[in-house]
Amino acid sequence: MSNNQIRSKNLFRVIWQFYLEGFKNQKEWSRQVWLVILIKLFILFFVMKLFFFPNFLKSKYNNDQERSEYVIDQLTNPKNQ
Amino acid sequence: MVEHFDLSLVDWSRAQFALTALYHWIFVPLTLGLAFIIAIMETIYYKTGDSQWKKITKFWMTLFGINFAIGVATGIILEFEFGTNWSNYSWFVGDIFGAPLAVEGIMAFFMESTFIAVMFFGWNKVSKRFHLVSTWLVAIGSNLSGLWILVANGWMQNPIGMKFNPDTARNEMMNFWDILFSPTAVNKFLHTLSSSYTLAAVFVLGISAWYLLKKTNIAFAKKSIIIAAVFGLTSSLYTVLTGDNSAREIVRNQPMKFAAIEGLYDGSAGAGLVAFGVMTESPNGKHKNMKDFNFKIEIPNMLSYMAYLDGKAFVPGINDIINGFTDNDGIVHPSVNEKIAIGQKAIAALRTFKIAKKAGDLTLAEQAQKDLEANFKYFGYGYFNDPYDTVPPISMSFYSFHTMVGLGMWFILLFILSLVYIYKNQIATKKWFLRAAIWSIPLAYIASECGWIVAEMGRQPWVIQDLMPTLTAVSNIDAISVKITFFLFLFVFTGLLIAELKIMLKQIKNGPNHGGK
Repeated sequence: MSNNQIRSKNLFRVIWQFYLEGFKNQKEWSRQVWLVILIKLFILFFVMKLFFFPNFLKSKYNNDQERSEYVIDQLTNPKNQ
Repeated sequence: MVEHFDLSLVDWSRAQFALTALYHWIFVPLTLGLAFIIAIMETIYYKTGDSQWKKITKFWMTLFGINFAIGVATGIILEFEFGTNWSNYSWFVGDIFGAPLAVEGIMAFFMESTFIAVMFFGWNKVSKRFHLVSTWLVAIGSNLSGLWILVANGWMQNPIGMKFNPDTARNEMMNFWDILFSPTAVNKFLHTLSSSYTLAAVFVLGISAWYLLKKTNIAFAKKSIIIAAVFGLTSSLYTVLTGDNSAREIVRNQPMKFAAIEGLYDGSAGAGLVAFGVMTESPNGKHKNMKDFNFKIEIPNMLSYMAYLDGKAFVPGINDIINGFTDNDGIVHPSVNEKIAIGQKAIAALRTFKIAKKAGDLTLAEQAQKDLEANFKYFGYGYFNDPYDTVPPISMSFYSFHTMVGLGMWFILLFILSLVYIYKNQIATKKWFLRAAIWSIPLAYIASECGWIVAEMGRQPWVIQDLMPTLTAVSNIDAISVKITFFLFLFVFTGLLIAELKIMLKQIKNGPNHGGK
């Protein structure tokens, strides 16, 4: 193993230890906040995004040409809204 | 054409976007401002080595962390809404909105996420200098994230540096620098940032005042007040300056918004600024958005001076803009009826272009493209029949603007009084002032939210000024699904806000000597 490889491996280890110790020694407020973040991200990505917020144009049309035709139709013939 | 749109869908989509944006904005300004206050405090600790400043820095850093963590990702919801509720808009803006937001995402991730870990986990593990640099980088990074969002918003208020491609129905960026350095974007960025610093300073001042009232952590509170008052006074004075610049920019690019926030119906030379006014529900019979003044106090010539730095300059009112006017530079602005006719030509040209392209008639397509380009400036007006449909809600714009400005003036007085009482060593005994400082915290949030209401309600009915009305920007989806998600967001965000307040209040009660349990 070259000196550079050893150095980068050590650096990775130092960074890993830094984060690990940081998370281990968190204060009470920090743990509470992480819990709130995890709940929030779950609701956002696994409930709202999945069930309520599909990308309208991507879910209805297969390619950009179809999407642009649809939008032009919406803009030029608003009675189709 | 207005009659062709599902206005219930438009209204609920707008309500949902407003709700999520206003909730998101509860967390953002404190992050932007408190980051710099902490960096200043830590710099003093670094320079003096005084452990009291380390304790002060760590306490405010705890509150920063709580606010940052609860607020993080609330903005993502707005992006969900773009894709689902505002697909016409998202498509139409093309890469102009996407590019700044992508830069923002990368910047936020690398700068904030990396250095925020050093900020919180790095005490006694990295050198004092490296820790300080990380704290400053978090402050700078979070503020630069805001830049890209505000550049995108600035483009919506003043669309420049792009060309509309009729083949794809998208606006394509022609000059990135024009968009980045547009006067609208620059003023918006500086005004939003400086007002956020003011909010953060009021926050620090108010909480420190609470400690003084409780006769606890006196030295900590006084030192925090000095930083907050100096930072807050500087920021709030700069907010006045950037607001003043914004006014001159708005009167040129969005004269209807300028007239609406002042409730100015008939323009005049030497127009007065309404210092205080009450609007009546009885409209003048022209449109539901039009409200008359029941009572008002004016400062003579001030509005003209604000708009053109000339107390005798002509400021156009709503009726002038509707009927057409000549501005102070001699530029003739067509009436809204004329703009409607031009917009209808642009829409018809786009329709013809598409039909001709499909039919393979390239000569007709080329002519239609030329017609579209010649009339594109007022494309969005083609969707309206009644000129008064282009008037924003007057009373909401007027009250939001005047509330924001009035509270801004109060904050300047608050910071000046703080410094005077600190200098005279009387601050701990001025109970009325300490109570006022505490109550100013919610007022700072109200002022900040009012700023966004002015910016976004004042520019109605446009989602992109003159090019795309809000009613054409929405997706053709069921209004019921928008209603359901509106209440879902209301429930989730309120829960998050309560959680933040509970965690934060507990830390405030614990105080700086508790070591941030």
